[in-house]
Amino acid sequence: MVGLLGLFVYGATTNERYHWDTYRKYLFDVRISQGAWVTIQLTFWAMVLGIGLGTALAVMRLSGNPVLSGVAWIYLWIFRGTPVYLQLVFWGLFTSLYPHMRFGIPWGPAFVHFDVQYVDAAFFFACLGLGLNEAGYMAEIVRAGILSVGEGQSDAATALGMSWGLTMRRIVLPQAMRVIIPPTGNEVISMLKTTSLVVAVPLGSDLYNQQHQIAGVIFQPIPLLLVAGTWYLAITSVLMVGQHFFEKRFARGASRKMTPRQLRALAEELGKQGGGGP
Amino acid sequence: MTSFVKSPNSPSGQPMVDAAGVHKRFGGLHVLRGIDLTVRTGEVVCVIGPSGSGKTTFLRCINHLEQITGGRLYVDGVLMGYRERGDKLHELHPREAARQRRDIGMVFQHFNLFPHMTALQNVVEAPIRVQKMRKDDALAAGRQLLARVGLGDKEDTYPAQLSGGQQQRVAIARALAMKPKLMLFDEPTSALDPELIGEVLDVMKQLANDGMTMVVVTHEVGFAREVGDKLVFMDGGVVVESGKPADVLSRPQQERTKAFLSKVL
Ligand SMILES: Nc1ncnc2c1ncn2[C@@H]1O[C@H](COP(=O)(O)OP(=O)(O)OP(=O)(O)O)[C@@H](O)[C@H]1O
Ligand SMILES: [Mg+2]
Repeated sequence: MVGLLGLFVYGATTNERYHWDTYRKYLFDVRISQGAWVTIQLTFWAMVLGIGLGTALAVMRLSGNPVLSGVAWIYLWIFRGTPVYLQLVFWGLFTSLYPHMRFGIPWGPAFVHFDVQYVDAAFFFACLGLGLNEAGYMAEIVRAGILSVGEGQSDAATALGMSWGLTMRRIVLPQAMRVIIPPTGNEVISMLKTTSLVVAVPLGSDLYNQQHQIAGVIFQPIPLLLVAGTWYLAITSVLMVGQHFFEKRFARGASRKMTPRQLRALAEELGKQGGGGP
Repeated sequence: MTSFVKSPNSPSGQPMVDAAGVHKRFGGLHVLRGIDLTVRTGEVVCVIGPSGSGKTTFLRCINHLEQITGGRLYVDGVLMGYRERGDKLHELHPREAARQRRDIGMVFQHFNLFPHMTALQNVVEAPIRVQKMRKDDALAAGRQLLARVGLGDKEDTYPAQLSGGQQQRVAIARALAMKPKLMLFDEPTSALDPELIGEVLDVMKQLANDGMTMVVVTHEVGFAREVGDKLVFMDGGVVVESGKPADVLSRPQQERTKAFLSKVL
């Protein structure tokens, strides 16, 4: 296995059709790094929307209120039942359905008057499209997390006079996090790559489409694909480190092992006791 | 369904719990079939009975974790879970039901501590979030309570790091932190190893001596005999027999009580 891989790497580095000079030239090109930045922003906002709305949908589904859970069910049915590419094209066409949108009191002064034909509309709709789709998947992840917390927990909270909302926020969701975070990490990493579909909106400033445009001009697709691949890998690696950190943070109380804080306290305690020693 | 029962209001010795003809159905399953029971302020009432007789369900009805489906249930003169208008009952808004629950402490068979919080955080959570107590005050009171149940040195410990007996004592401290006027215990020692039962019963004895009104579902006959003011035997969703623990235990009047006691004693 390792031998084959070595052979492949050796072959690749010596095969001039890979155009390693072009790879080196464009690896830190401004257009590429800006594209990477747009990709990161798209991922971030889509996940913020996806997690926020997904949590709301999960809570709605579990609320026991038939109207709320019905609405949530229909949402999931639509957004998980159609391709994300189709949804992105739809949000792109939204601008032609409603060219002028304003946020404010109806017939009153507009707080934001924003002409969707302008600059960042494509970015906005790309985030919206990706986020709304993601919410459908996050809702199921959050729901599984909530269901993993035993009923005894909400019984105990309720018996202490805590309201349903407080019980969710302080008792159930923090414990559900342990189940929610690993698949959410996967969703973030998957979202990073799904952003390449925003060309459907159309938005062309993300990493994938930037490299695609450059490659189209210089007729050298291979090295630019490798450039983009390198960036995606680098960002994914950072995300994986972040995921590890989050998992540890929410594992509090899950094991019998002492936390670093408890170990420090213990060490101090022992230090005090042993203070008179040699 | 029993007739309208007026909230008892005699100034001296008003009952803390007054159940009259309480029924509870889960769909087609008729679990409580007319429970009549009075618990006076300061009294310790122990409840025994075979599995499935409805003991847990009845306790959960007292603090309205379950909605009763017939009869009347008053705690400290207040009808639980409903508002009475004329002879019609209206369900309370969840917020008001939560308010009623605040002064009723409950201790569960499986402790149900919040595993993501330390012992002290478990104890102060509700006083801070529900009673809006100042954080410093709540922490000071919480530390005192942990000391009172013999766990003064465990405040930074997570439940998973505590023994069952210690967890149950934290759970008792957590319930006491809301300064309840009534404490409900649902088989607080039956999930514990035999050698850990004593430490929990000791805390409960101390609590009883301090004058707390308590309803205790338990199979610890020794505890009932020593601490209980009254022993209630439940079977099939009704109170079959009740009286002084010593009397019920040594001279049961009902056949069903005799049969049950001969199995557990
Ligand atoms: N939420 C519920 N839904 C449906 N049935 C229930 C529910 N809770 C309890 N029951 C049923 O009610 C009956 C009485 O249960 P309960 O837990 O009150 O008994 P118990 O006397 O506490 O028994 P044990 O000694 O085993 O704890 C049982 O048949 C149980 O299956
Ligand atoms: Mg029970």
